[in-house]
Amino acid sequence: MMPSAELYPVNNFIGDAVRSLFPPHVAAVINGLIALLSLMALVGSLGAVLIYLERKVSAHFQLRFGPMRVGPHGLLQALADGIKAIFKEILKPEGADTFIFFLAPLLPVSAAFLILAIIPFDHHLQVADPAGGVLYVLGVSGLSVLGILLAGWASNNKYSLLGAMRSGAQMVSFEISLALLMLLIVMLSGTASLRGIVLAQQGTIFDWWIFKLPFLGILAFIMYLVASTAELNRTPFDIAEAESELTGGFATEYSGIGFAMFFLGEFVNMFVSSCLVTTFFLGGFHAPLFGLPVIDPILSLIPGFICFFAKAFLIVFLYMWFRWTFPRVRVDQLMYLEWRIMLPANLLLLMLAGLFVAQGWAG
Amino acid sequence: MLDTETNNKAMITQSFSNDTPDTQLPEGFRLPPPDDEESEEFFVNIGPQHPSTHGVLRVVVRLNGETVVEAVPHLGYIHRGIEKMAESQTYIQNIHLSDRLDYLSAFSNNLCLCMVVEQALDIGVPERGEYIRVIVSELQRLQSHLLWWGVLGMDMGGFSTFFYGFRERELINDIFEEMCGARLTVNYFRPGGSSLDVPDTFIPRVKNVISALRKVLDEYNNLLNRNIIFLERTKGIGLMSKETALSYGCTGGVLRGSGINYDVRKNNPYSIYNQFDFDVPLGRVGDSYDRCQVRMEEMEQSLRILEQAVVRFPGGPHRSQPKQNYKLPKGSYYSQVETPRGLLGVYIVSDGGTTPYRLKYRSPNFSNLSVLNEIAAGHKVADLITIMSTLDLVIPDIDR
Repeated sequence: MMPSAELYPVNNFIGDAVRSLFPPHVAAVINGLIALLSLMALVGSLGAVLIYLERKVSAHFQLRFGPMRVGPHGLLQALADGIKAIFKEILKPEGADTFIFFLAPLLPVSAAFLILAIIPFDHHLQVADPAGGVLYVLGVSGLSVLGILLAGWASNNKYSLLGAMRSGAQMVSFEISLALLMLLIVMLSGTASLRGIVLAQQGTIFDWWIFKLPFLGILAFIMYLVASTAELNRTPFDIAEAESELTGGFATEYSGIGFAMFFLGEFVNMFVSSCLVTTFFLGGFHAPLFGLPVIDPILSLIPGFICFFAKAFLIVFLYMWFRWTFPRVRVDQLMYLEWRIMLPANLLLLMLAGLFVAQGWAG
Repeated sequence: MLDTETNNKAMITQSFSNDTPDTQLPEGFRLPPPDDEESEEFFVNIGPQHPSTHGVLRVVVRLNGETVVEAVPHLGYIHRGIEKMAESQTYIQNIHLSDRLDYLSAFSNNLCLCMVVEQALDIGVPERGEYIRVIVSELQRLQSHLLWWGVLGMDMGGFSTFFYGFRERELINDIFEEMCGARLTVNYFRPGGSSLDVPDTFIPRVKNVISALRKVLDEYNNLLNRNIIFLERTKGIGLMSKETALSYGCTGGVLRGSGINYDVRKNNPYSIYNQFDFDVPLGRVGDSYDRCQVRMEEMEQSLRILEQAVVRFPGGPHRSQPKQNYKLPKGSYYSQVETPRGLLGVYIVSDGGTTPYRLKYRSPNFSNLSVLNEIAAGHKVADLITIMSTLDLVIPDIDR
């Protein structure tokens, strides 16, 4: 046996079955392919589910029904939209930079795809678990910013360029907050591997980082939600798209499948962000145990990935709730929020966390 | 292929480049080009096709980065020559044209035109007719402000308000539909009263609207107008001094937002507004927030008027001296009303015939728009949109 044949062995029963049937090198390739294909299926189906969900949630926030015509309760609406987007003409504005114009819509989806690969959906449902998982997340999530920046630049449109500039400034600054909050979690957990972070929260819900330390966890959780909403370009921080100001911002010139890819990227990134919140603060795939002798045995029967998805979709719902309730902030207010409020607060939290860890209260 | 692309790009950059000579500044811009080489000024068209101009208004904005240096509105995209058309239409025919001025205050426009004819021919209006006029005008003010409120939220990026505003607005529009068959272009009032009497269900339905709105207005304030983001986005933005407001001839909520107590219904009462007890809400500093709060408060006041009117609503005829054609004696006549957006005036010169010799509308939106550059310069693009929204513009009324 050559254990080094697989960098990140797939440790679930599928991986074991493949390994028992094929020689190690072939098994490594087959396992990798299976993982990639399942990720693709996940991204594709998530896109449809999330778009349907957003349309329904927004509709019910707005006294409407939302899609009702295509399939029962409009379930197939996302599919119909997808088909429409594929068959629409792809328009490229005059003077646009062809290569970058067509490359840009792919980047946000790729970022989501790459991060999904290291999310621990269950004990052994994770494609890879690099030791520096948090660093990897930070590095890869920059791709979605890049996509928006390039789209705005390549469109040869002033609205797009304004949107891209806004989004660049916004994401660069809020990424600092996100990084600091992730660092806080890494300090508490003592590991930068996402799986390690989840395992550090084993136990009842009071062992999750959101509840474990008084006020520190919940504050960090709220700040993470704010910073990630900004990172995701969603209302109240959707200044890059800002349809009432910039008619669509970076996506103004995109039509058909190009626009659909941005759309998909935005939604899958929202899910990825929810997954990260779940991993960092809500105990990942651990069932919500309350320490009660009657309920806990029943709750612990729930499979891990169901717990994980339930928590992630709860956060997704929160993001949607924000979006359909708040008006949009202005560019300079957003910068003020980050540099004058969030960043000092984050540093303060980090210091507190250091104190907790030094005192040995973090567990 | 590549050459054409580069050429196009060059042309586009050139026509908007920073160092355009003074003479080549787009039409309407007055400030000289910046001396600074580092300056990043450029021009952006907001409209005529833009989600936030609510119609076909075109504003050419000179931007330095995100900051508005100058904003120049360009008019005429929905000019239909209504004033010229009026010269070949009888007074009754003109009423339906006035619907198309400011489609959110069609009743007020009708009323203004009818009042000119009544004034010229000394036609009285029966009490029931006057009550119908007041109730319907106030309902119109409510529905117009509800739409404005919803759109304001949308312009700020919060979509949901739009639908909430429409929920109550539908109740009001349903009343209009039952009353005269139309929801926007109503063509309802006539010299001497109104074209039709109101149905029996009218008063119960108005009562229903009052109770529905009393319930939700506070909720709406909570949803948008007391939201911290809303406050940050409107307080201190688009400051308009009393002097500016007066010198540009602003009226309606825009004028009262700046703290000037002028409301045609109070200062120059028409119909039977002097029999009702209501206040004129005023702003303190004249920023976007004040203009918004003035309109929110106006809704409360309209409800007060309605509450008094439904109690006292009399019976009797709804119209006096109905005629097919009105011939105004030679001379000139003027009347004005307070529409939801401000002062609408109609000035008619008659040569004694059945059609006006010349008809001029003094529309509130035209004056309210003219102040845009004055109050938006120096703010961000996002604020320009908010300011336009708080001016509550209806574009067909500007171009006519």
